Amino acid sequence: MTLEEFTSKIEGIFEDEKPGSLTPDTDFRNIETWSSMYALIIVAMFETDFKTTVTGDQLRKCSTVRDLYQLLPK
Amino acid sequence: MLGKEFRNKISTTVFKKVGVNERHIFEPVQPASAMALQAAENLFAEHDINRNEIDALIYCSVHHDYVTPSTSCVLQHKLGLNENIATYDLTFGCSGYVYSLSLAKSIIQSLGFKKVLLLTSSALTKYIHPKDHASRIIFGDGASATLIVAEENSEKGIGSFVFGTDGSGFEKIIIRHGADFQKVTPQSLEEKADEFGNIYSDANYFMDGQAVLTFTMKKVPLLIEDTLSKNNLTKNDIDLFVLHQANDFMNEQVRKLAAIEKEKFYSHIENYGNTVQATIPIALKAAIAEGKIKSGSKVFVAGFGVGLSWCATVINF
Repeated sequence: MTLEEFTSKIEGIFEDEKPGSLTPDTDFRNIETWSSMYALIIVAMFETDFKTTVTGDQLRKCSTVRDLYQLLPK
Repeated sequence: MLGKEFRNKISTTVFKKVGVNERHIFEPVQPASAMALQAAENLFAEHDINRNEIDALIYCSVHHDYVTPSTSCVLQHKLGLNENIATYDLTFGCSGYVYSLSLAKSIIQSLGFKKVLLLTSSALTKYIHPKDHASRIIFGDGASATLIVAEENSEKGIGSFVFGTDGSGFEKIIIRHGADFQKVTPQSLEEKADEFGNIYSDANYFMDGQAVLTFTMKKVPLLIEDTLSKNNLTKNDIDLFVLHQANDFMNEQVRKLAAIEKEKFYSHIENYGNTVQATIPIALKAAIAEGKIKSGSKVFVAGFGVGLSWCATVINF
């Protein structure tokens, strides 16, 4: 999956965001609706779609979409 | 109503995903066992049950009236049950109802009991900090009463169980202070905030949501598979899956991973929230009332959570 495709996938999680508003360098924690629920959605997405476990510590170290992309299995 | 209480604090998307619209709060002026007592009286009245025929009582809850004696002893007296009965306290959370069913089945088979009364009660909301919004929008208080009756040569019954325990995850869902390991001191009440601004103290309920989600997604689909296999059944043989009603988002992840069709996967959290040990029996009663469980139905039940602990079986109604 390319970084662009991944960014679009993450954007899809935030239903209130307009299409094209997220970039790889967007700090997702600054999105107005960011909450623990969205963290859970991201953890679930990694587990289901990428068969990858993301721990709380790993997620806490991420701030941009690009950081999340780095957690994908190589 | 949660929408009213958390207006402007939590987005509607989050509410929709969690699935709880309203929940009940038990006023903490009485012990949680008072709810179980009322549930038992309601059960006796609704089904014209003779309380003198009950020969064992299981009280499953994390809330106990006293450090000692057991709450089940106190309830035996308050319910006016016979003196010659056995009583058990089972201190389990989310896996508690299914664990209690395994105990009920075992004591019927091994000790010859005929009628076992199983009570659950959860009044967790009093332990959740008012500003712990993540937990506030999930949990509700509730209780249940179930009578498990021995029947010979019957198609009905409780099947084989699969259990699991991972005590290394004991801190993932915890109320740290207040029991023997650490009594409540003024320091226990010092407020902390997680990265999302949810407030809690060591005397409050704490849940590491991300860790619990990962645990559930890894363990529960396997638990479903193993339990079906142990009962020589496939998913197609099951009429309804009634899992612990943790929250809709988490259960939906399990449903997708276990590839269970939506029609067979029961959700009953909208008007009750997560009532811990009481979610499964409350959901079973509602499913029976809706006609989704009938005589002859095979129903899969699974509890999972605090401990970490998990347990499942199949009930033939």
